[in-house]
Amino acid sequence: MLRAQHKTGLVFFPAFDWAISATHPEREERLLYTQDQVNEEGIFDIQGIREFKPDPVTLMDVQRVHFCVPDAWKVMTESHFISAGGAKTIGMAVMDKTIERGFALVRPPGHHAMRVVHGSRGFCNVNIEAIMIEYLRAAYGVDRVAVVDTDCHHGDGTQDIYWHDRDTLFISIHQDGRTLYPGTGFINEMGGPNAVGATVNIPLPPYTSEEGFLYTAEQVVMPILDDFKPQLIINSAGQDNHYSDPITNMNFSAQGYAQLTALLKPNIAVLEGGYSIEGALPYVNTGIILAMAGLDYSHVKEPGYDPDKIRQTRDVTERIHRVGDKVLQFWETREDTREKVQGDKTFHERARNIFYDTDNIQETQKETIRICRECSGALKIDSRSSLGNHVLAVHVPRSACEACKNQGYTWYADGDAREFDGIFLQDRIEDKYLVKEE
Amino acid sequence: MIIGLDVGGTHTDVVLLDRQGIVRDVKVTTDASNLFNTVLEGLEGVMSGMDPAVVKRVVLSTTLTTNAIVQNKIPGVGIIVSSGPGIDPRYFQTSAHYFPVSGSIDHRGREVEPVDAGEIERVSREFLARGIRYVGVVGKFSVRNPVHELQIKAQLGNGFEKVFLGHRISGHLNFPRRIATTYLNASVYPIHREFFEAVQQSLNARGLSMPIRILKADGGNMNFASSIEFPGQTILSGPAASVMGAIAYAADTADSLVLDIGGTTTDMAVLMNGVPLLAPLGIDIGGYRTLIRSLDIHSIGIGGDSLVRLNHQQIEIGPERLGPAMAYGGPVPTPTDALFVLKKIENGDRENSIKGIEPIAGALGLSVEAAAGSIFEHACSKILQEAEAMTARLNSKPVYTIHEIREGFRLEPRQILLLGGPAPYFGEQLKKQSGMEIKIVPKWSVANAIGAALARTTSEITLFADTEQGMSMAPGEDYHATICREFNREDAVRTAFDLLKEKAVKRGANPDHLEMEILEELEFNMVRGFNTTGKNIRIRAQVKPGLIKGYEDVLSLSKGPHA
Ligand SMILES: [Zn+2]
Ligand SMILES: [Zn+2]
Repeated sequence: MLRAQHKTGLVFFPAFDWAISATHPEREERLLYTQDQVNEEGIFDIQGIREFKPDPVTLMDVQRVHFCVPDAWKVMTESHFISAGGAKTIGMAVMDKTIERGFALVRPPGHHAMRVVHGSRGFCNVNIEAIMIEYLRAAYGVDRVAVVDTDCHHGDGTQDIYWHDRDTLFISIHQDGRTLYPGTGFINEMGGPNAVGATVNIPLPPYTSEEGFLYTAEQVVMPILDDFKPQLIINSAGQDNHYSDPITNMNFSAQGYAQLTALLKPNIAVLEGGYSIEGALPYVNTGIILAMAGLDYSHVKEPGYDPDKIRQTRDVTERIHRVGDKVLQFWETREDTREKVQGDKTFHERARNIFYDTDNIQETQKETIRICRECSGALKIDSRSSLGNHVLAVHVPRSACEACKNQGYTWYADGDAREFDGIFLQDRIEDKYLVKEE
Repeated sequence: MIIGLDVGGTHTDVVLLDRQGIVRDVKVTTDASNLFNTVLEGLEGVMSGMDPAVVKRVVLSTTLTTNAIVQNKIPGVGIIVSSGPGIDPRYFQTSAHYFPVSGSIDHRGREVEPVDAGEIERVSREFLARGIRYVGVVGKFSVRNPVHELQIKAQLGNGFEKVFLGHRISGHLNFPRRIATTYLNASVYPIHREFFEAVQQSLNARGLSMPIRILKADGGNMNFASSIEFPGQTILSGPAASVMGAIAYAADTADSLVLDIGGTTTDMAVLMNGVPLLAPLGIDIGGYRTLIRSLDIHSIGIGGDSLVRLNHQQIEIGPERLGPAMAYGGPVPTPTDALFVLKKIENGDRENSIKGIEPIAGALGLSVEAAAGSIFEHACSKILQEAEAMTARLNSKPVYTIHEIREGFRLEPRQILLLGGPAPYFGEQLKKQSGMEIKIVPKWSVANAIGAALARTTSEITLFADTEQGMSMAPGEDYHATICREFNREDAVRTAFDLLKEKAVKRGANPDHLEMEILEELEFNMVRGFNTTGKNIRIRAQVKPGLIKGYEDVLSLSKGPHA
């Protein structure tokens, strides 16, 4: 009789009736063969593994994280509420100690969704991990959280949401942005001026194989996690690093993903991308589930798997070592870097253009953060989209000091309703979301 | 006329029915060491003095296979599993003669690795050397393509009495359960076959020539010929018999709860608008999780004869039964004794009951009557709590489409159907504690036999079509067809219904009154690159469990007293 070493919860929500479009990679069929494999393996019958039914998230859960423009109903479908709800359901079960670990196998994914949402980018509308994390913070008082994003694409949405957050360590391991969407995630992207170091990017060269991923996890990710001492580790478990994935160029495997999971020991894993729906996902997901539960995954191998055929070259290995060394060096000197960046400034501004590839929308943002040594800092975003919407979004962080809180409310009060289509305030101290009346 | 017979742990109930109602009912004591005699005694009892020619149908529900498994009285069975990648098949070992072999089929039924003929040859010789006569062959994903199971069977040759193949059991994907179920089918096959052949012969000798039918755990029956391939389906048919005996009294526009309160246990089931729910995959028995289709019945260790004791000043009931109630000469106090003290039952020795409950009353500082009241209340609330938990579990069943989440399927039982020995005494109290309407099933003491008698012949089939590969198949039915690219969901549903009808009729169903329904209907576009390359269609259809046509009057004679 099989018995899980760690009580493990699963939410399986394949959204069999939802697709971005008929032939889009993010379509009904995506988790069909994974479901077949998981059912055929009898995973839900294993003692200590339990399946949960996802409860959709509420509007408030979304508004804790996002500024949806013009509102949540316009940028989300039911599938997004349920997908985020799957992550939240697992998060709650972990916090309630019903389970030790959990994996939300849900779609659609979320890690390309940023704080301001005008539409869908990289197949994502809302950030399902962030919605879960902020719910757990509000409901259970969780403070320090680490997100390790092992999707092949840079988790630029999660990075954006936590860019200024000192209490959330965001680590993204991905294919080098010079060779893949979204083209970001370089080592020098280390977080905003109040949170330098809390964002860690590890861009790996194309054709990185098992050896490279596991080296990076062991030698770079684990030491940083040990330093940061998070209360919760979340894994954005994208599976598009697989050697058979049609839209990426990496050489990872089901065995590799299982070992990576066993190393990271995430409390919560959330499925992100992964589009080799027949050749990879059934086996990778089985491997991840078994690894989370502490069960033997040594026989989980995709048909045709040959470690020699996907082995990385020496050149790739050397490049990976160089990236790792540099990331660690940046990590160790993060305090000094932050002092330098903060200097004696009161505010820091950045202007950006953001492209929503899935919905073909252009957004221009002007972001202002109050430089603060007490808290993560009040944040103001002036955002305009090619759809014609222009909004002012103000964020007062969870841990905001009095000065930052006041700054946030001043920005909100000063916003001129004639100039904007919407003025919003996210007050995370009071856990409320304000929309300014005209 | 119809005979229904249900062998229980202590009693065997038999009824003879015609379209007007119960003609006769008989109770005989079950002799667990000789079920054959018990069955014959029951049948003879109900038939004595009748012309055998009037009997058109005999349905039997026995504990034969259930006992064999629980008591582990089963022969050595050889099991060959061909697994491919995934969980190591050694974790699913069911038998001492268990051999994982090479060969692998993937989720779409494509061969990944062939079977190794030499290896099968060696296993086969080993089985023969060990004196194995019954063999099970199970492949991972064999329900998507049974070719390896068939090859292995062909290679095993004729040296074995019977070889069971995993893909014939059920269309459900679940390899470990397929292994366990194949193993159980092979294990109970000899005892099942021998027993019912003997029963059939005895009936024939008494002028009853119709083929006997056997009740299944899903509350339907099958004829003896069909049962030979799937003897495991007769496991745990008893609880299903009781539920089927109750459903005629259930509201058909509201959900209800069936409670069968026995001596040792209480069995519970939820009816959705009068229709019993099936367990998602199959029954659990003797440590095995199976694909044996069954009604979703939850059994708890509280009954009229359960042991009552105090633990840290708290009343505890069951799950042990140490004997009958003290009122009937038993060794320890029971809920039934509480009913005696409360003067709800009168045909026993109330003084003994009082003696049994006095120490509990003393420890609690209560009068004997008050203590008996607490015991009775506690028994009722335990039963109701478990029923609530069962409903909550059914309501939290995961769904996989946005549509289903939006629909928000929710069971909310509004009435309780009560059966079993202590049922009449529990009615009022359960009503008080639950606020639900209570119906005591008329003829509750033989409702199980009535349920067996009137149960429909049920079956289920799964059809799988893959237009990219140009094939459709129903593995359990030995059905495999080439299909064109235009084959669609409507075609699949039509094929599924045809196959289902054929199967049900072969099992003994009345072709004019088949209540067939679709359980699952999924169709996916398969996209490779940016082109749609085919459709992947999955259909599951069943003959609904229910009562046979034409015997409604038997049950509608009485709507049952209200508590
Ligand atoms: Zn990705
Ligand atoms: Zn501050």
